[in-house]
Amino acid sequence: MSIKDRVIAIIAEQAVLEPSDIGLENTLEDLGIDSLGLVESIFAIEEEFDITVPFNANEPSESDFDISSVSTIIAGIERLVKERA
Amino acid sequence: MKRVVITGAGTINALGATVPQTLEAMREGRCGISELEFRDVERLSIRIGGQVKNYDPESRFNRQQLALFDRFTQFTMIAAREAIAQAGLTFSGELAARAGVILGNSGGGMTTLDENYRSVYEDGKNRVHPFVVPKLMNNAAASHLSMEYNLKGPSFTVSTACASSNHAMAQAFQMVHGGITPVMVTGGSESMLCFGGVKAWEGLRVMSRDACRPFSANRNGMVQGEGAAIFVFEEYEHARKRGAEILAEVAGFAMTSDASDIVMPSKQGAARAIQGALKDARINRDEVGYINAHGTGTAANDKTESAAVADVFGAHADKLMISSTKSMHAHLIGGTGAVELLACIMALRDGIIAPTIGYEEPDPECALDVVPNVAREARVDVALSNAFAFGGLNAVLALRRFT
Repeated sequence: MSIKDRVIAIIAEQAVLEPSDIGLENTLEDLGIDSLGLVESIFAIEEEFDITVPFNANEPSESDFDISSVSTIIAGIERLVKERA
Repeated sequence: MKRVVITGAGTINALGATVPQTLEAMREGRCGISELEFRDVERLSIRIGGQVKNYDPESRFNRQQLALFDRFTQFTMIAAREAIAQAGLTFSGELAARAGVILGNSGGGMTTLDENYRSVYEDGKNRVHPFVVPKLMNNAAASHLSMEYNLKGPSFTVSTACASSNHAMAQAFQMVHGGITPVMVTGGSESMLCFGGVKAWEGLRVMSRDACRPFSANRNGMVQGEGAAIFVFEEYEHARKRGAEILAEVAGFAMTSDASDIVMPSKQGAARAIQGALKDARINRDEVGYINAHGTGTAANDKTESAAVADVFGAHADKLMISSTKSMHAHLIGGTGAVELLACIMALRDGIIAPTIGYEEPDPECALDVVPNVAREARVDVALSNAFAFGGLNAVLALRRFT
């Protein structure tokens, strides 16, 4: 599975949706994921890829990690995985 | 109903090992937050806290006591010694039978838990010290305090996360107010600054890596603290007859539940608690000169709390002062309301308002007089102390200057 599909699978599980229902331009809010759901998703992503995502719930826009849509999250994870390798 | 006054106060926290030291630090706007020091700290991403430094338990307690006292109990005993000495009370006969102790605490003996889990899981040992359970239980501090001072009345521990101490002190107030007992010992303590304790908080992603800056636009989260504060709540006539010095009057309180979210605060829940405390204490909102804010330094709390204060006080919200002393002693979780009550006493008795330090940028969503960075002299007749816990459980206390 590609990084993209693995991230979508994690988000879909959190949103209680099918992966096919997740659009790349969706925001987490569109998918019904609240602040706790976001923190849980990030934890699941860190565990899946063995990376550390620099995310502080107090300043989501300040961190290097862009959570504004599914596609920006995937791009951020791809970058972190590449940096780790 | 009986009038309730405070006749003794004691503390140990990151700002000082006594009340005078703590108040001096608050007056000077000193920061007690520093690099954490304990085993495995290098495995944490959050490495700052309001830790009690230069602390030597062996010089404070004997071997038998240390075998039974977790750090949170040690802090409680130290604070209680100062408070009860100031009150000048000895508990015997009928007073001992009626007086009790109600404390706030959230994590219990977390250091004890951490050390013993480490020994059985990491070191693979199959045997632990026989006193692990009596040492880590949340009521250990209240029980040891009752034994030390012969307090045989209603005694228990309240656990409502960040509001524990306020709930405990409100309950103690109610017992004296209602005539159940002429004296209650109350307050709270916390000590979660160990590897497992901070690691758990890290997971929630609400902690700051550099500072606690309540109400400042660039705030980036809370910072954990540790310590205790203990008070003697006494029925006014009882205190007057024995010529006790009165630090302040406890005028009323309110408790509410948001019934909404396990972590996100609610403006309505907070506003109802503030409003309720004013009503209970029969205080007109224009009389309130100072509020010790819950002010955790998280994005969510500070804007929600500011909005609640604006709602309750209307135009008077711009006239009153509100500060968060967590910027200095950090967030003591179950003990925080107790340490923060000291700032209310200082405002009422000494006319000095503790500042919100680390304040760098105004936030339009927190547009109140937060007493930025420097303490201020002002005469205050009424002070409130806010506590809004995870789980949506809120408790606000109202205090009056004693005249």
